[in-house]
Amino acid sequence: MANDNQDLQTRSAENQAVQSPERTRQRPVFSPPADVFETGDKIVIVADMPGVSEKDVDITLEKNILTLSGKTESPGREGYRLSYGEYDEGDYERSFALSEGVDRNGIQAAVRNGVLRVTLPKAKEAAARKIPVRAE
Amino acid sequence: MLTRGFYPSTYRGGERSLHPFRELQQIQDEMDRLFHRAYPRATEYPPLNIWSNEEETIVQAELPGYSPDEIDISVVQNTLTLRGERKPDALQQGDTYHRRERRTGRFVRTVELPFEVDNSAVEAESKVGILSIRLPRAEEHKPKKIQVKAS
Repeated sequence: MANDNQDLQTRSAENQAVQSPERTRQRPVFSPPADVFETGDKIVIVADMPGVSEKDVDITLEKNILTLSGKTESPGREGYRLSYGEYDEGDYERSFALSEGVDRNGIQAAVRNGVLRVTLPKAKEAAARKIPVRAE
Repeated sequence: MLTRGFYPSTYRGGERSLHPFRELQQIQDEMDRLFHRAYPRATEYPPLNIWSNEEETIVQAELPGYSPDEIDISVVQNTLTLRGERKPDALQQGDTYHRRERRTGRFVRTVELPFEVDNSAVEAESKVGILSIRLPRAEEHKPKKIQVKAS
């Protein structure tokens, strides 16, 4: 069992996203760990954002830069003291440069149990625009 | 009152604060918080935050991607054990990963609490990837107020 734990990694200081320009909210911003995979005619991005619900997610695609951001709120803990702390509460932000044309209108996103899943269908024109290279 | 000058300002004079130690505790808490911000201590999975008062303790764990039935919680006397497994996405043949950063697999984490837990009153809730376990102290382990009688 101990070996299993080594495969799992916790969020560290290195995962703090570099923010430029700075945000107005004084709250740490983390770069969420993400999986990206291609399946059929879709690209799927899965990101761990514990504490984020579906209404706190913002996804923007500008040119080919896809930005995922999630806001969290610390619940009020009046009458409690943090007696032991290992993780910081904060927001999440991460951007990806998409290499292939994406059908902007077909982007879908869902949040479940603090995991954001974005499905990006590949644009049909992008597939057609591929230029074959001939051997001479 | 010559001795007054020897104490730091938070101690000085009962007229400023009736709870000098409470203030110190607050400073200590603030320091812990600051220290923790700069150097996260989590080396085990999942990372935990533990909140307490005299009545109970709330253990919070960041467990994104686990549905409530995938987490196993057990409490024996003063020991809390969390177990779970996160399975990877089921990829079809021909699918390719561009990047893979999210960890999958099994975990076990044990926390020893400084008091015994009232097992029958333990509650757990999983919300947006954060598990909260409410652990009330057993009645005989609650701090007791001792009345000082004037004689």
